[in-house]
Amino acid sequence: MLVARRLGKRYGEKRVLRGIDLELPRGGFLVVTGPNGSGKTTLLRICAGLAQPTGGTIERSAVRAQVGYLGHEPLVYRELTALENLELYGRLYRVVERRERIGMLLERFGLWDARHERVASYSRGMTQRLALCRVLLHEPELFVLDEPYSALDEAGAELLDAQLAELRAERTFLLATHEPVRVEPFASGRLALAA
Amino acid sequence: MSYVRDVGALARKDLLLELRARDTLPAMLLFVAAVFVVFHFALPGTPSRLETSGLLWVAILFTALLGLGRAFVPEREQGTLDGLVLAPCDRSAIWLAKSLATLAFLVAAEVVALPLYALFFHRVGGATVAAVALADIGICAVGTFLGAMAVATRARDLLLPLLFLPLAVPIVVGAVGASVVVSPGRYLGFLALYDLLFAVVCWASFEYVVAE
Amino acid sequence: MGRTFRIPLPALAVSSLVLVTTALAFVFFVAPDDANQGFSQRIFYFHVSIAITAYACFAGGAWNAFRHLWKRDPRADLASYVCVHQGLIFGTLVLLTGSIWAKISWGHWWLWSEDQLVLFLVLFLFYCAYFMLRFSLDPGPQRANLSAVYALFGVVLIPVSFAAIRLAKGLIHPVLFTRHGPNFGGWILVTYCVAQTAMLVLAYTLYRLELGGKRLDLRLRDLREVLA
Repeated sequence: MLVARRLGKRYGEKRVLRGIDLELPRGGFLVVTGPNGSGKTTLLRICAGLAQPTGGTIERSAVRAQVGYLGHEPLVYRELTALENLELYGRLYRVVERRERIGMLLERFGLWDARHERVASYSRGMTQRLALCRVLLHEPELFVLDEPYSALDEAGAELLDAQLAELRAERTFLLATHEPVRVEPFASGRLALAA
Repeated sequence: MSYVRDVGALARKDLLLELRARDTLPAMLLFVAAVFVVFHFALPGTPSRLETSGLLWVAILFTALLGLGRAFVPEREQGTLDGLVLAPCDRSAIWLAKSLATLAFLVAAEVVALPLYALFFHRVGGATVAAVALADIGICAVGTFLGAMAVATRARDLLLPLLFLPLAVPIVVGAVGASVVVSPGRYLGFLALYDLLFAVVCWASFEYVVAE
Repeated sequence: MGRTFRIPLPALAVSSLVLVTTALAFVFFVAPDDANQGFSQRIFYFHVSIAITAYACFAGGAWNAFRHLWKRDPRADLASYVCVHQGLIFGTLVLLTGSIWAKISWGHWWLWSEDQLVLFLVLFLFYCAYFMLRFSLDPGPQRANLSAVYALFGVVLIPVSFAAIRLAKGLIHPVLFTRHGPNFGGWILVTYCVAQTAMLVLAYTLYRLELGGKRLDLRLRDLREVLA
């Protein structure tokens, strides 16, 4: 699904990534760990197709529509409601039976009652739940998740656990986290980035 | 056809955002009215039609700049441009939708500004209206494109006028020409040519602005 | 690109020195005095040849920008930047010499009716904005992309602005497509050709010099990283 060789990324004078090799077969679950500033986010952005490496090669067998990327930012509009945000992404991703799928996801993540409220009024945890809904919306083949547990309360984290367990068998995951214990049961591989 | 649907969905989002925040359009309306008042005192006596039509275009250009500077603010503040770039739609749809939304705001501002201009200064002819329509397309197409470039930089809002004004010189030439001469055909044709040329360039190269 | 034959820089430097000296000699000692404007009209040889050179630089910048977008070659990005930089230097010289020429011919330092001069003012502003844009971005693929796209806008802007400036003149008085300056012929043509060649070779030398320096900087940085 994802093969990277001697991947390097540099922002001007600063080298963020250097000589990264990774191989993620279809159905794999790769956990990326490393201290702050070790380039986890940069690596994930490259794998999701948001950034180009400045060195090395990367091959991804999933097209843009099949990638689900969760970043630090929730990538939703604060002035729109949860429903409007998901409607927009649903249209752009051409999700079939959009309404039903959006309703199901909002229900599952406990946002159904707040669906007509603007995201600006959401707490950080609720916004993260909405971001998860956005990622799951188009049923991607390849999930690229950057610290998916951040800002989630215990109930939210358990919901995410359940999602991961459900999708683990048939989808491919690349997940960056600073607490790998939580995703240990799912992991098929581990990549530790040095500072 | 799906391209049109993408543009529709994105433009709808932009209009909805403006409807919620209500900051761009009122600002543009107030600005253009204030500019007219300032110009009245900056051009004492009874300015000629030639002078005031130049004034009209300065007012339109700077009002447009106000709106263009706001165009990518929601994407910048919430980092949502990443989300749009990741979506499977053609990236130029992002530019086209944003241009259409900005065009809607600019036209709405002009619906008030032109009668105001006629009230304060001189009658507005049919050629001027045609020139406004054609110039608006060019302003929004190029301006939105450059707005997307400007938000990616450190200087942000500071940079947009610098990037935009040299490119707007031909628009001003065509537009002022069309509003003052007797047979404006040549100038209107020039504006249409400008729109076409730059729209094609923007459409073809927007991909490189938003994606690495 | 690296494998094609390139003239060594010292040879270029020497030839541009020789050419510029020859051009100066031709302009001052060989070209005949202009019937109307006398001796001072000789600045025309430099003004026009510098203007053409500036256009060539901007075109080179756009070509390299296009190559960058097409091939995603970071070397082309650097080449494009250096071209535009040289273009801006020569463009500034066009404004200066043009201004002097305007003073000599019409008694004013600035003349809005002089197409070339106005066009170069617009281009000067445009390419200054290019530098503002470039220096407001961190080095990397995004800076390369945005610079390249803006440089490409430049080549569209040049003909469009030129047409616009011609149109704008029609507002005040009908456009007369006359040519200023003397008829080309004899020593005038020879002098112009020498001056033009000298300027082009000089620009190319400066381009190679700057590009070489910039590339050396980059390689030094890579080397430091390997050692670190």
